[in-house]
Amino acid sequence: MKADHDNTTQGHAGSRAAEVLGARSRWHWIEVAFWLAAWSTVWLLPGRHLMLNEVAILALFALSLDLILGYAGIVSLGQAAFLGVGAYTAGLVAKHVHPDPFVGLAVAAAISATAGLITSLLVLRGNDLTRIMVTLGVAMLCFEAANKASWLTGGADGLQGIVMGPLLGQFRFDLAGKTAYIYSLSTLFVLFLVARWLVHTPFGASLIAIRDNPQRATAIGIPLKPRLMVAYTIAATYAGIAGALLAQTAQFVSLDILDIHRSADVLLVLVIGGTGYLYGGIIGALVFTIAKDVISGWTPEYWHFWIGLLLVVFVLIGRERLAAWPRRLIAGRTRPVAEGAS
Amino acid sequence: MSVALETVDLQKRFGGIVATDTVSLRIDVGARHALIGPNGAGKTTFVNLLTGVLPPSAGRVLLDRRDITRETPERRVRLGLARTFQINQLFLTLSPAEAIAIAINERDRRGWSLFERFGRSIASEVDEVAERFRLRDVIAERVGTLPYGKQRLLELALAFACRPRVLLLDEPAAGVPEAERKDILDAVSSLPQSVAVLLIEHDMDLVFSFAQRITVMVAGAVFRDGPASDIARDPAVQAVYLGEAADDA
Repeated sequence: MKADHDNTTQGHAGSRAAEVLGARSRWHWIEVAFWLAAWSTVWLLPGRHLMLNEVAILALFALSLDLILGYAGIVSLGQAAFLGVGAYTAGLVAKHVHPDPFVGLAVAAAISATAGLITSLLVLRGNDLTRIMVTLGVAMLCFEAANKASWLTGGADGLQGIVMGPLLGQFRFDLAGKTAYIYSLSTLFVLFLVARWLVHTPFGASLIAIRDNPQRATAIGIPLKPRLMVAYTIAATYAGIAGALLAQTAQFVSLDILDIHRSADVLLVLVIGGTGYLYGGIIGALVFTIAKDVISGWTPEYWHFWIGLLLVVFVLIGRERLAAWPRRLIAGRTRPVAEGAS
Repeated sequence: MSVALETVDLQKRFGGIVATDTVSLRIDVGARHALIGPNGAGKTTFVNLLTGVLPPSAGRVLLDRRDITRETPERRVRLGLARTFQINQLFLTLSPAEAIAIAINERDRRGWSLFERFGRSIASEVDEVAERFRLRDVIAERVGTLPYGKQRLLELALAFACRPRVLLLDEPAAGVPEAERKDILDAVSSLPQSVAVLLIEHDMDLVFSFAQRITVMVAGAVFRDGPASDIARDPAVQAVYLGEAADDA
């Protein structure tokens, strides 16, 4: 198909463009292997389900940040605002409305989407620095609001007394975290597939265009603001769902969920894993959680020192090399086409 | 001949400085029109007023007799006014195929599509555009790794893919090495007659080989406007340029 039409044929040449345009969204075997490995942990690592549940939720949270940072180019230091909105919503729904996890998840998604849409108006203005400050400010406002509204949120004591109903009316949340992990992993998987679809649509392509060069994006007729608003809202929804999972599987929401370190951690996770290819958040979440687990096993008091060192090393020297092979295989999928033609 | 793009007493002041001084300019349908002038003549400001990057202090911009003075830049593109940039403004992480597909897709008002991929019809148009601008051999490469000449061609291709009525070319051959220059000049000269072209250029060889009509801008105002042959012979224009050359030397 590639060989018969090369360069000078006129009219109906075999569409090289169709090939290139299709290449990016095609599933690579590494991706299939990745997800098979992820799912196999349900059976292979039964003793680690609590930790893996944490990883899956952090991965979803990082995925939400990747959608705006990695694809639309919006820097945020306040993504925890939506994590918190989702968590408190899910907790309150379980406590006062209905104990079914999916009901809580749906309401949390709706509320965090609304919060995302409203705050997106603030984030569109200005440059990266403005965005960092505005998102940080919004997260701080949410923190203080949750702190003050202790009649609703439990304030500094946290939202207690959440009792979740069984998943699908069948599976109770057990102490070993098996139900919780399957629930979180399934949610992550489904939302990952949605995100993967989304970034390969014309809409997703327009976000990458905006990220790469807003000036040119405007010059080919892309309206920046509405596109970025929608991207930001989708990301907020993802973060809200991650928060809901956290609240439901822990059956508790503490004020800590809105803390600044949550927003910083998730940025760190994404930087460790790499932005703009969707797997970065998941890989980063795994590395981050394991590192945290291992290091705090050695030195419980100084683990932040080591994680800081890890970050510096990752960013300055190692990450490109560490992430080079999965990224080349997963994201650099246009390459085989290019080689085939030359 | 009917007018594709027109400015009426267009003016831009920055504080006390008048960057564009009541410019009334007509670009005919299908025109090959060049805008020239010494450095600091206000060409860039004028382009920014046309494309909507800057709001004018006074005056109007008409595209196909429609007042677009208050339209946003992206809306003007959709109405048929596209441009290239003097300094490449490209999507460096994408391939030329993807970049062109995005431009076509936006032109067709399908930028919001969430339930489809880029379709076959877009792919075949991408092939045509790539062919026209000699990008077929690099269609799958990362834009950021392309040679400068190819990047300049992609600049043209992206603007062309918007299917404009009026195309503003801001120094399309600037900085292109001699070997790759011909591709660009060919691409520019083979643009279809349905597109009116306004060429903003320093390179006089390019201007006189391309333009049928030339507007000379000096100090923000129209200094001369006429057929290329008249402008070439105009002693006042020569003085402006010789004067500049003398200043540079």
